[in-house]
Amino acid sequence: MSKQATAWECIELIRHKDRPTAADYIPMIFEDFIELHGDRCYGDDAAILGGIAKFDRKPVTVIAQLKGRNLEENKKSNFAMPHPEGYRKALRLMKQAEKFGRPVICLVDTPGAFCGIGAEERGQHEAVAKNLMEMMRLRVPVVSLVMGEGGSGGALALAVCDHLAMMQNAVYSVISPRGFASILWKDASREKEAANLIRITAKDLVELGVCDGVIAEPSGGAHKNPALTAEAIGTYLHHVLPKLIEKPIDNLLQTRYIKFRKIGVFQE
Amino acid sequence: MLEDLFHKVKSRVTVTTPDADAHISIPRDIMFKCPRCQKAEFMDHFEQVGKVCPHCGYHARLRARERLEITVDGDSFIELDGGLKSLNPIQFPGYEEKIAKLQKDTGLTEAIVTGICRIEGETCVIGVMDSHFMMASMGSVVGEKITRAFEYAQEHKLPVVLFTASGGARMQEGIVSLMQMAKTSGAVANHSDAGLLYISVLTDPTTGGVAASFASLGDIVLAEPKVLIGFAGRRVIEDTIRQRLPDDFQSAEFFLEHGFVDRIVGRSQLRDTLGKLLRMHRREEGMS
Repeated sequence: MSKQATAWECIELIRHKDRPTAADYIPMIFEDFIELHGDRCYGDDAAILGGIAKFDRKPVTVIAQLKGRNLEENKKSNFAMPHPEGYRKALRLMKQAEKFGRPVICLVDTPGAFCGIGAEERGQHEAVAKNLMEMMRLRVPVVSLVMGEGGSGGALALAVCDHLAMMQNAVYSVISPRGFASILWKDASREKEAANLIRITAKDLVELGVCDGVIAEPSGGAHKNPALTAEAIGTYLHHVLPKLIEKPIDNLLQTRYIKFRKIGVFQE
Repeated sequence: MLEDLFHKVKSRVTVTTPDADAHISIPRDIMFKCPRCQKAEFMDHFEQVGKVCPHCGYHARLRARERLEITVDGDSFIELDGGLKSLNPIQFPGYEEKIAKLQKDTGLTEAIVTGICRIEGETCVIGVMDSHFMMASMGSVVGEKITRAFEYAQEHKLPVVLFTASGGARMQEGIVSLMQMAKTSGAVANHSDAGLLYISVLTDPTTGGVAASFASLGDIVLAEPKVLIGFAGRRVIEDTIRQRLPDDFQSAEFFLEHGFVDRIVGRSQLRDTLGKLLRMHRREEGMS
């Protein structure tokens, strides 16, 4: 593994036009992926790609935020910014996984939940909130991997889990550095300064007790060797998943609650 | 986004005297000028009616202490976890100083007050967020106090009533503040699984990470009239779609129409409504 890049270097790497997306990774990590569509309420959100696949010869549910590899694909997937129906599709697939007792693997990669008229009308706030609550008590193991961008509540809505790992160059933050600079300093151009200040890298999040593990990327970033990166992700999952599956479910849920319960810095 | 929420209610009203063009400032404690309809009212009367404008029904933002006064029975309120104070998880420059100044100015230790009380005779756990403290953004202390409130309620088999108000997650605490959304939602889930009632009352403004976590997870979601509710800030959306949004976009009425609020209840009716709802969910002896 190469040395941890600065937050700004990470942002440049994850914005690289050749950065692999969920659509690249899924066939390399899983077998027999079958995509399933729709939230059964309103529509199908292409910003979230979900379905069933096999991992280590056993069925799993895979839910991913989908960035496009070009403008055409990005228009379709809304640059991986889900609408409420995307989060509701994700939750539907999680409840399906719960029914059939298969683990859920979430690949997080979003600038954030979409901000727009339709998103508000259809209750973006409620869709995110519902996912947080239901994922906390979902009776199957959940592993979330931050692949590139972990943008605020829109990322967290796929990241309430038993184990959170981040790609070496991924970032995960409460607000984008640009938004941070714009709101707190009234100056969006100080984005780079904000990025390096607000602690968003995988290393930062391990230190802050949020992230449980880091998956190495090839020198120069994941796009230098997508196949090797996919292999590293597969190896990582192979290491983590069986331990979670073995645990009695009530024990797993209690540990999941405590994992988030203990995050917070204050004095009595 | 957040900065939309920081418009201050004017602390003085300016009236033009007929004899001269001179402007006379009247101190805040005599007159109230409604920021919505611009009409003036004697402060005494405005406060007697729970800070609701008698001309247009504008519900002014209340401090936690004021909300408790008009909501709970007599002196039934006992504060829980009042001593929790923020630290600086990501060593953000100037954060401690900002908190210290707000503590001095508001008399609060943080942006939420929690405790146990009676409303119309019904015992419950209550939490009141106070937008005068850093727009009631949710950092470690707010997240912890809410979580403890639900855990306490679960342990003592009590319902929870939360008055929510917030600009969202507290950016100065970085990712730690985002995690409070998951933490509080988990506490709501456990309390709910124990068969206990949670009523959230959305007050002005309930937005961002608070709207997108515990505020939306009540068994019953009430809202005060005309309050701002929403995931994204108005300006963020306007910048995205490049057009102006209608005035009532993201109001309580907007979300009632779209199915995300159970009822809009005016301030003068809230205590009565909460009392009735709590009574209807009372856990009788012998019932599970």
